[in-house]
Amino acid sequence: MPRQLNIFIENRPGRLKSVTEILSQGNINIIAFTIQDRGDFGVMKLLVDKPDVAHLALADKGFACVLKDILVVSIQDKPGNLNKLASLLLKHNINIIDTHGFVIEPGNRGICCIESAGAENANITKILEKEGFGVLGDKEISEL
Amino acid sequence: METYYWNKELETIDQASLEDLQLKLLRDTVQAALKTPFYRNRLKKAGINSGDDIRSLQDLQRIPFTTKDDLREGYPTGLLAVDLAEVVRIHTSSGTTGTPTVIYHTKEDLDNWTELVCRCIVATGATREDVFQNTMSYGLFTGGLGLHYGAERLGMTVIPVGSGNTRRQIQLMKDFKTTVIHATPSYMLHIYSKLNEFKIPLNELFLKKAYLGAEPYSENTRRKIEEFFHIDVYNSYGLSEMNGPGVSFECIHKCGMHTWEDSYLLEIIDPKTTRTLSEEHEGEIVLTNLRRRATPLLRYRTRDLAFIHKGKCKCRRTHHRLSRITGRTDDMLIVNGVNVYPSQIEEVVMRIPQVGTNYQICLEKDGTLDKIIVKVEIYSKLFTGDIRQLDALKAKINEELRAAIIISPIVELHEPGSLPVSEGKAKRVVDSRIKL
Repeated sequence: MPRQLNIFIENRPGRLKSVTEILSQGNINIIAFTIQDRGDFGVMKLLVDKPDVAHLALADKGFACVLKDILVVSIQDKPGNLNKLASLLLKHNINIIDTHGFVIEPGNRGICCIESAGAENANITKILEKEGFGVLGDKEISEL
Repeated sequence: METYYWNKELETIDQASLEDLQLKLLRDTVQAALKTPFYRNRLKKAGINSGDDIRSLQDLQRIPFTTKDDLREGYPTGLLAVDLAEVVRIHTSSGTTGTPTVIYHTKEDLDNWTELVCRCIVATGATREDVFQNTMSYGLFTGGLGLHYGAERLGMTVIPVGSGNTRRQIQLMKDFKTTVIHATPSYMLHIYSKLNEFKIPLNELFLKKAYLGAEPYSENTRRKIEEFFHIDVYNSYGLSEMNGPGVSFECIHKCGMHTWEDSYLLEIIDPKTTRTLSEEHEGEIVLTNLRRRATPLLRYRTRDLAFIHKGKCKCRRTHHRLSRITGRTDDMLIVNGVNVYPSQIEEVVMRIPQVGTNYQICLEKDGTLDKIIVKVEIYSKLFTGDIRQLDALKAKINEELRAAIIISPIVELHEPGSLPVSEGKAKRVVDSRIKL
C-alpha cells in the first residue's frame, strides 16, 4: 500500500513553514496535503513523491511523524462516484478513519486518499478495480 | 466594640497557667505519639521513652522535627496512635510525589477541632443569628468540613454549598440573606466580578463578614474586598496536618491571627539553621498538636513563613498572634486554594509513555481565578499518526492529573524539542499570576 506522511504540528505561526522548508530542501514534491485541526495542535497529512526521504528528513529535525498505509483511489470525476466508493467500502466493512481528496484532471479524474481500518486484510484492490476504480501504488502516485 | 468569647477562660488564660497546661498536654501528646511506630523509634533515639521524660516546655527542643516526607513515609498507618475503631474520620491530602498523607481523628479530636473553630467564629463577632455560607470544598479537603461543624455548633444557619457554581452561590447569598461567607480571596474577587453578569446588585446581598484563607493574599487585597462588598474580612490559617482551618484566626481587631496555644505549640524557626526565632522575626511555622490523640504530630514543619506579633491584643485574648503567611520554604504552588507540588505533576506526566522528556507548568489568571496549564512534549517514537491518539493522550493526562492534584488543568500537547530546555536545576514552573 502507498504511504502518507502524518506529522504532529502545533498550531502557531511558522510551524507549517518549518515543515515545508525541510521538504523543500530535500527536493520533495508535495502531491496533496490536509490538516486535521484540534485548535492548539493538528496532524498534517502529506502525499509526497518520496515518502521515505521526506519522513527521514523531518524525523531528523525532531518532528513526531510517521508513515501510514493508505488507500489511494483514482475516481472518475463525475456526480455520484464518491458515493459509490463509500458504499463499496461500507459493504466490505472497511471503516474510513480519515480521508481527503482532490481533482487532478477536472471533469475527468479525481484522487481519494483513505486512512481506513480493515483495508489491509480485505481483497479491496480487486473489488475496487472490478467496479471501475483505480488503486494507486507509490510509483503511480509519484508520477501524478 | 464589645468582645465576645466562646471559651473565655482558655482564651484569656494567663501565661503561667497556659504554660502549665501546655506542659501537661505535651506530656500526654508525647505519651500518645509513643504508640506509633514512627515516633516510638524516633523519640527513643532522642532519649524520650515516656511522656514523663518531658520535664519542662524547654524539653520540646529535644524532640526532632516532623516533616511532610515523614507523613508520606508513614502512610497509611505509621502515625496512627489509636485503635482504628476509635477513628471516626480520615482526611487525606495529596502528597508531593503521588503518595498521600493521612490524618486520623477520634470523636474527641473532632470535638476539639470544632471547639477551636467556634472560638474563631465568635472572635470575629459573629453569632448564632448569622447565616453562614461555606464555599470551600467539602470532602477530603479540610476547608469545608472544618468550618462547617464549628458554625453548626455555634448555632449559625449553615449553607454547605461547597465550591464552584458561582451563579448558585450568589443566588443563595441573596435568597437566604447570607451574612458570613467562607472563601478563598480569589474566589471572593471572582464572585464580585460576576455580580453584574448575574444581575444581582450588591444592595440585594446582606453580607457582613468574610473568612478568607487557604491561599496567601496581601493587606491590599483584604482592603479591596472589604471596599467592594462593604464587609469585614478576617484572615484564617490552618493546614490539614493540623486539622485544617481553626489553627489561627483574626479577632474583630484584625491585627494578626490568634493561634490557639492551648491546642497547638507554636514555634517560628529559621528554616536553614532550625534555630528558634523570637517575636517579629520571620521564619517557618512549626506546630505541635496538644490535643489530638489519633494522629499527634510533634514539631511539624509547615513550610509556611510568618512571624509572631509582639504585644497584647485589645481583645484581651492572650494567645499569640501570627502574621499573614508571607511565603513558603518549598516550591508548593497554591492554585485556587488547593496545594499543588510541581513534583506531583511531574510524577504523572513522566509515567505516561507517549509524553517526551520535557514539560512545563504555567500558572495564569483567568479573571481573578487561577488557571494551571500543563504543557507536555509528545514522544515522537510513540506517535502513531492518528489524531485520536492525541485526543486520548490529552484526556488521559488531564484525568490522571486531576486525580493527583484534585484540580483540573488545561493540558497542551507540544512538538518534541519545542518547550524551553532548562539548564541545571529544572525551572519548569512559570507563574505569571499577579499576586493578590
